This record gives sequence, C-alpha cells and structure tokens, in this order.
Amino acid sequence: MLSVMLGEAWHAMGCNRLRTALTMLGMVIGVGSVVLMMAIGQGAQYAVAQTISTMGSNLYVIIAGWTQQAGVRSGGGYGFTLRLGDADAIEELDGVSLVAPAHQGTQQVVYGSKNWSSVIVGTTPAYLEARAWSVASGYGMDDSDVRSATRVALVGKTVVESLFEADEEPLGKTIRIRNTPFTIIGTLAPKGQNLDGRDQDDTIIVPLTTAQRKVFGVPFAGSIRQIVVQAESNEAMPAVEKSVTALLRQRHRLRADQDNDFYIRNLAAAADSAAETTRVMSLLLGAIASVSLLVGGIGIMNIMLVSVTERTREIGVRMAIGARQKDILAQFLLEAIMISITGCLIGLALGIGSALAVNALTDMVIVISGSAVLVAFVVAAGVGVFFGFYPARKAAALDPIEALRYQ
Amino acid sequence: MRVDAEDNVIRVARLTKTYETAAGPFPALRGVDLDIRRGEYVAIMGPSGSGKSTFMNLLGCLDTPSSGEYALVGRNVAHLPGDELAALRNRTIGFVFQGFNLLPRMTLEDNVALPLVYAHVEREERRRRAREMLARVGLEGYARSLPARISGGQQQRVAIARALINGPRLILADEPTGNLDSHTSEEIMTFFRELNDEGITIVLVTHEADIAAHAERQVRFLDGLIVSDRPTPRMEMPTC
Ligand SMILES: Nc1ncnc2c1ncn2[C@@H]1O[C@H](COP(=O)(O)OP(=O)(O)OP(=O)(O)O)[C@@H](O)[C@H]1O
Ligand SMILES: [Mg+2]
Repeated sequence: MLSVMLGEAWHAMGCNRLRTALTMLGMVIGVGSVVLMMAIGQGAQYAVAQTISTMGSNLYVIIAGWTQQAGVRSGGGYGFTLRLGDADAIEELDGVSLVAPAHQGTQQVVYGSKNWSSVIVGTTPAYLEARAWSVASGYGMDDSDVRSATRVALVGKTVVESLFEADEEPLGKTIRIRNTPFTIIGTLAPKGQNLDGRDQDDTIIVPLTTAQRKVFGVPFAGSIRQIVVQAESNEAMPAVEKSVTALLRQRHRLRADQDNDFYIRNLAAAADSAAETTRVMSLLLGAIASVSLLVGGIGIMNIMLVSVTERTREIGVRMAIGARQKDILAQFLLEAIMISITGCLIGLALGIGSALAVNALTDMVIVISGSAVLVAFVVAAGVGVFFGFYPARKAAALDPIEALRYQ
Repeated sequence: MRVDAEDNVIRVARLTKTYETAAGPFPALRGVDLDIRRGEYVAIMGPSGSGKSTFMNLLGCLDTPSSGEYALVGRNVAHLPGDELAALRNRTIGFVFQGFNLLPRMTLEDNVALPLVYAHVEREERRRRAREMLARVGLEGYARSLPARISGGQQQRVAIARALINGPRLILADEPTGNLDSHTSEEIMTFFRELNDEGITIVLVTHEADIAAHAERQVRFLDGLIVSDRPTPRMEMPTC
C-alpha cells in the first residue's frame, strides 16, 4: 500500500513539473539558507572559541592611566603611572598566580634588506606562561635575560615569514629593532588572530629591560605600561580585581575622591561577551533563515490546497471505489511530505555547497555540523507534515457525492 | 432489523432522504420500499428530479438515509461508520457512472486496478487481474494507454472493468449510456446482459425506454416515491 502511494505521490509530483519545482523552490531556499546561516554562525562561534583559547585563561591586563592634577589629565596616549614595584607588590596578593610587567609598541624591524613593522613586547618569562604561549623551536628567555638586559628575541610566525625566506633558519640570526641588534633564540607557536582581529603571530618578545633601554625608552626608571595578572582560578578573579585595585590605589596614594590612574581590563569577561555576541548572531541568522523555511511551508500548503480542489473529482472516484478517509488523507499528506523532503534534500546540497564556496572564497570559518543538517532535515519534514495536514484533511473530509459531481 | 433471506441483495424499507437547502428541508425520497433479489436486472426510470440518483447513492453506500432501513446482502448498512461503508463500496458494489470517471493521469491498467489497491492486493496480482479484466471488455491492447486516447464507449468499458475487478455482487449504473451514442449504448447493454447472465445483480438508471427494455424489471420513480414496479413487457424484442 505504502509503495503504491509513494509511487502515486511521485507520479502526481511529476504531472505538473513546473508547479512542483516552484513549490519546492521555497523549501530549497528555506533549507539552504538555514544550513548556510547555521554554518556561518557556528563557524563564527568556533573562530571565537578558538581565539579565546589562545588568550590564556583568567587574565587581567592592568594598563597605565593618567595622573589627575586639579582635574586635568597629564599627557595623551599611555600614561606612566605604573611601576615595576607595583608588579612585585601584586605578586604577593592572594589568588594571584602569575604577574608579568610588559611594555609593548609597534616598531620597524630589519633583517638584511628586508623591513617589517611588528609589535614588540618587552616582558618577563611569566608573560609567556600566563598567555599559555609555547616556544615552537629554540629556547624561551629566562630571568637572567631580563636581569642583564640581553639582546635576545622570540619571534612569531608572521615575523618569520615576513623577514626570512621559506628555507631560511631564523634561529641564531640577528635582526635589528630600532638599530639595536637582537639575536633570535626561539620562535613562538602560532596563535592566529585575537578578539580584536589583530594577528598575534606578528609579535616579537624581548626582555623587558632591553626593550625599555634600547627600543622604547622610559621617562623614568621602573616605569611600565602594563601588567598582565593571572588569577589562580576563574572564581578568584573578582577578589583579585578588588585587591589589585585597592593595592594600586594605596601605592599610588590616591585620595577617595580621585579616580583610578590605571585601567583593569578583564580579558575573560571580554571573551565571554565576544562568545555571547557570536552566539546571539548565529541564533539570529538561524531565526531569519527559519522564516524562509516557514514561507516555503506555506507555499506547499497553498499548492496542496489548489491540488485538492483540482482533484476533487478524482477524490470522489477514489472514495466511490473504496478509499477510506485515511487513505485520502495519507495520499495528500505523503505528497506534501515528498515535496518538502525532496526540496529539503536539494536545499541541503545547495546550502552545504554554498557554505563550502563561502569557505573557499573568503577567510570566513565555516562549520557544517551533522546535527545542524539533521535538524534542518527534520524541521523540513515537519513543515511538510504540518502544512500538508490541513489540505489533506480537507481532501479526506470531502463528501463523495459532492466530489463526484464537481466539474 | 431481522433479515430473513440472503437471497435479497437489496432490501429497502421506508427509506427517506431529506436535503437541507437554503429554502428549507427538501424531501428527495419520501418513503421507498424495494427488494431486489440476487441476479435481478432492474431498470430505474422516472422524470428528472424524481430522486433516482439520490436513491442510487443510498444503495451505493455513498450516502446515508435520513430514515428507514437498508440491508445490503443481508447486512443492515443504513448507519455504518465511514470506513465500513468504504469497504462495502470496495468489495460488494461496483459503480458505473454516466461520465465514466476514469482518472485521467493513470493508465487504463492502473485505473482498472485501483480498487485492488484499497483492498490491499499485491502489485503483481493487481496487474494480472487488471489485464485479465481489460481483455474481458475487449481492450487487451490498451493496458498502458491513457483514458484520453480512447473513445467514450471504450472508456465506459474500462469503467465497467474497474467496477468488476473486485468481484462485486452488485453493479450500480446511473445513466451509463447517457453520454454515448445509440450504437455504443447497445454494446454496453449487451455487456451488462452478459454480466447479468453470470449472476451479477444490476441496477441501472436510465431515461430511455429501449435501454430499460434490456432489464427484466422496471421501477418508476416520481417525486421521491416509487409509482410503478413491474416486469419488462416481453412483446417486442429489439430488432437485430
Ligand atoms: N445535495 C443536494 N442538496 C439539495 N437538494 C438536492 C441535492 N441532491 C439532489 N437534490 C434534489 O433532490 C431531487 C432529486 O435529485 P436526484 O438527483 O435524485 O434526481 P434524479 O431523479 O437523479 O434526476 P435526473 O434524472 O435529472 O438525474 C432534485 O430536486 C434535486 O434538486
Ligand atoms: Mg440523476
């Protein structure tokens, strides 16, 4: 029985090809856009999660601000309110696992005849640890490099690619930053973009002391621009933020009516909000695409209603020769489901195809998950049942005599 | 209702049908009594609007009466649920319509086999029986043709094949020759004659006396009542 009905549904679909194709088109576009939008949305979520995992966990970055004198800010850009002593003091606080003072800025780097502009980070070995940044080849720096201000450098992947030929070994080579020669002792493992979209591999890490003396210069000894602080755990973060703030205000002798002369940036919170943003975005994309699925479903209902009217006499004949109401119901329901599933399959192929095309033509990350495909398929079949049911029931409820008389 | 004789294919008593219309209730049948024995060949006649089709629809279990009794092959069917009426239409009754009512997009073979689909007969068996039936009505070469490709008389023969395929006890034909010329009508009537000789009960509505003359009993309707019921006078046979 089912095979006959499938055959008939197939036959009915084939009888008016253009109309069936147009009806299906709604489904095709609906499913296709759901799949594509979900792929893009999940891709964005994946990319953000990937970026967050390269940041290092439970981090605060304290950035130097401005001293306020009689309500007037001194200077522009970075202030110079943080000192090395602040970093040492923070290290003594409860809940703090790592502290790395840092000074960073963009500088021209020269190797042989090649020239590249890169972010230079002067810092201590704790920075690499806090950022979970491993050394791909060679060695990392150690505390003695910082103490004696050696001219050594760790270079990121982008720097290597920009300054060296593909077959050239960067380890042991000497590069010049602001005319100061640095010897490359190690290369950094690649990290990709950060949340702001900056290429983190375009980075050169050097000892803090060397950077301050030879590259950036400082207004007075012991002044630093930022301190990276890692809390022991996510739970410890609010307490650490509080105690760091209190400590710095006390050390900087700020009165109660004065603003902080530093900023604390919670990287974990930034990561959370970035993840939340992409999650909402992908939900939104999916929701918008679902509307087209709905429209596709309404198209199916519309055509099925037309079909029932057109075939009223046929329904009457079928009833007269012994079709039960449920046979008629099943026949039209099956036809609707078949249209929507066929449309769905084409839509899936189209959606996956265009997702792959987007992936190939842009640098957008695309994630096609089996569950998303399955959901799209089930929803489409559901749409077929849902929107096919009303016309099918209408057909089944026809009075056979009226139907036979229908012209 | 007690039914005494299995011999009666149809027993109808005090049957009424009232249609609800915009102008109020309209009594199309006003108390009809009729018994039809197995193997009878009955012609129903009467002016337009006298209730013939209404009566046929009730006999064919396409509709249910407003009141009265109807026993089909010994079974009271006046108030059966829809699915059981469908089963009766499928197995016990064969319909032949004035307008043939073949499904235009199906081959003749599939048209003939359609009742077997609803009787859950296997595909191969359906095909075999449909071809057999087509051969019986003289259309063996046309199994894969579409209804639009053949003449009206041929279409009506296909419709008869469809009516017969599930081995019904009763053939109901509402003006089966209404759309056919007289020559083709005679062919169809000859075919009904053969079927009746094989023992199938036939009830046929017609306006034409020479068609009714093929039946052995003529029932006349007027204004929703039977006004005469008599054997066909056998004085003159159709000229050959
Ligand atoms: N569904 C309906 N609703 C209301 N009135 C109806 C309906 N069906 C039939 N009638 C009325 O019932 C009466 C009998 O109709 P019926 O079709 O049985 O007549 P008939 O004898 O078959 O006529 P004809 O020879 O023209 O086919 C007519 O007056 C008709 O208008
Ligand atoms: Mg009539």
